Amino acid sequence: MQEKMKQRAKELLADGTVNRVMGWKKGEFGYDTTPAVFRSAEEIDKYFVCDDFTNSNLSKLLVKESKKDGVILAFLKPCDTYSFNQLLKEHRIDREKVYIIGIPGGPKLDAEIIKSKGITGITGVKNVNYTLVIDTIYGEEKMPFYEAVSVKCKSCKSKKHVIYDELIGDDGDILESDRFDEVEKLENMTSRERFDFWQRELSKCIRCNACKNVCPACTCEKCVFDNPKSGIENKAVSDSFEEKLFHIIRAFHVAGRCTDCGECSRVCPQNIPLHLLNRKFIKDINSLYGEYQAGADLDTKNPLTDYSTDDCEPSIVHERGVE
Amino acid sequence: MQVNDSKNFEPVIAAFCCNWCSYAGADLSGTNRLSYPTNVKIIRVPCSCRVNPMFILRAFQRGADGVIICGCHPGDCHYTSGNYFTRRRITLLYSMLDFLGIERNRTRLEWVSAAEGAKFASVMEQFTEDVRKLGPNRRLEDLRCRKK
Repeated sequence: MQEKMKQRAKELLADGTVNRVMGWKKGEFGYDTTPAVFRSAEEIDKYFVCDDFTNSNLSKLLVKESKKDGVILAFLKPCDTYSFNQLLKEHRIDREKVYIIGIPGGPKLDAEIIKSKGITGITGVKNVNYTLVIDTIYGEEKMPFYEAVSVKCKSCKSKKHVIYDELIGDDGDILESDRFDEVEKLENMTSRERFDFWQRELSKCIRCNACKNVCPACTCEKCVFDNPKSGIENKAVSDSFEEKLFHIIRAFHVAGRCTDCGECSRVCPQNIPLHLLNRKFIKDINSLYGEYQAGADLDTKNPLTDYSTDDCEPSIVHERGVE
Repeated sequence: MQVNDSKNFEPVIAAFCCNWCSYAGADLSGTNRLSYPTNVKIIRVPCSCRVNPMFILRAFQRGADGVIICGCHPGDCHYTSGNYFTRRRITLLYSMLDFLGIERNRTRLEWVSAAEGAKFASVMEQFTEDVRKLGPNRRLEDLRCRKK
């Protein structure tokens, strides 16, 4: 897989179709792969990597890259193509300047989950028949592959590439996923329990803004959180109200545009289940205004910039579910 | 410090009223000599669609115990379609506040036309009563803004 990708990238660089390649390179440790841009075949040979840890969604980075000279080659997983499509729909990416190769998606692994099992000092991770063989400085450890799968891959919604120029590997299908189960579980709690749950989760927030910075739907050049007069500018919170305000506004600003790629929860250093806020909006939109998947196509209107004269009244929120 | 503040609790209600319908409706209820609770603080907005979700959260932060948005009836918007967008947006926001465990009776959206002075008074009466029952807003308050 990785060799095929390297091979194809070098070919396209050599024949001048593209002048840069966007993929991933190994970080300081084997498991913290980061997005990277390669300009030559030598660089690709040396640093390019695509393994079980290449979680990052490259779509957002293409907003800036597509403004530079020349065409860039990007490897996109199925979930990344949704984000790409959504950005294309919002005219944030210049399609002509990006050459997309679709690659099969996950399940990808989350090193944080491995570490949370008490396995530290990791030097390498190998997948041997769906058992992870983890080399650490203290010796070899083993764990089942599926236990270390990242949260966003556990409830995968689609293995289908919605946009690509060519594919490596096969295209998959849209999957039946249970991604709303956890939202439903919360909805069935009483309002006091829900409040306690979110108070506990959101109070862990350190306002590092990683969720907002990684989100492929957050691409405003001037962000409300950059405005010192907004009362929620980038600073440490001094009251629990501020973290609620931040997370409500963050989720609301991407409502109807969030493709549910799960990057927000993945990057959260405090492991706050931020994707649940986004999924709540998606679930509401689906149930109240008809099924909608952001980024699935380029034509349908965003449900929040559209309306119908017989929409339900907001009182529906107060009538259903548990108080 | 008051020992039992729920007894003499007077809620603060922030009412966002659209300039063309509900604000005129409030005016009409006044000229008709109808009374509505003094707890209601009216904030005039050009259209109910002007109400940014941040306004609502900010109102709670600065001491409101309930927030009500009043606009023209669907189909009667001065700007043709503003209140249709409001309806979707506010439905989602209220649903999110409910999801986060904020009491659902603290938020409301009502359509009040310029001819409905009596409706304005009764809606405010009813809403103030509902919020009074809930007591002070504690789940979405900013301690720095709490009054003594």
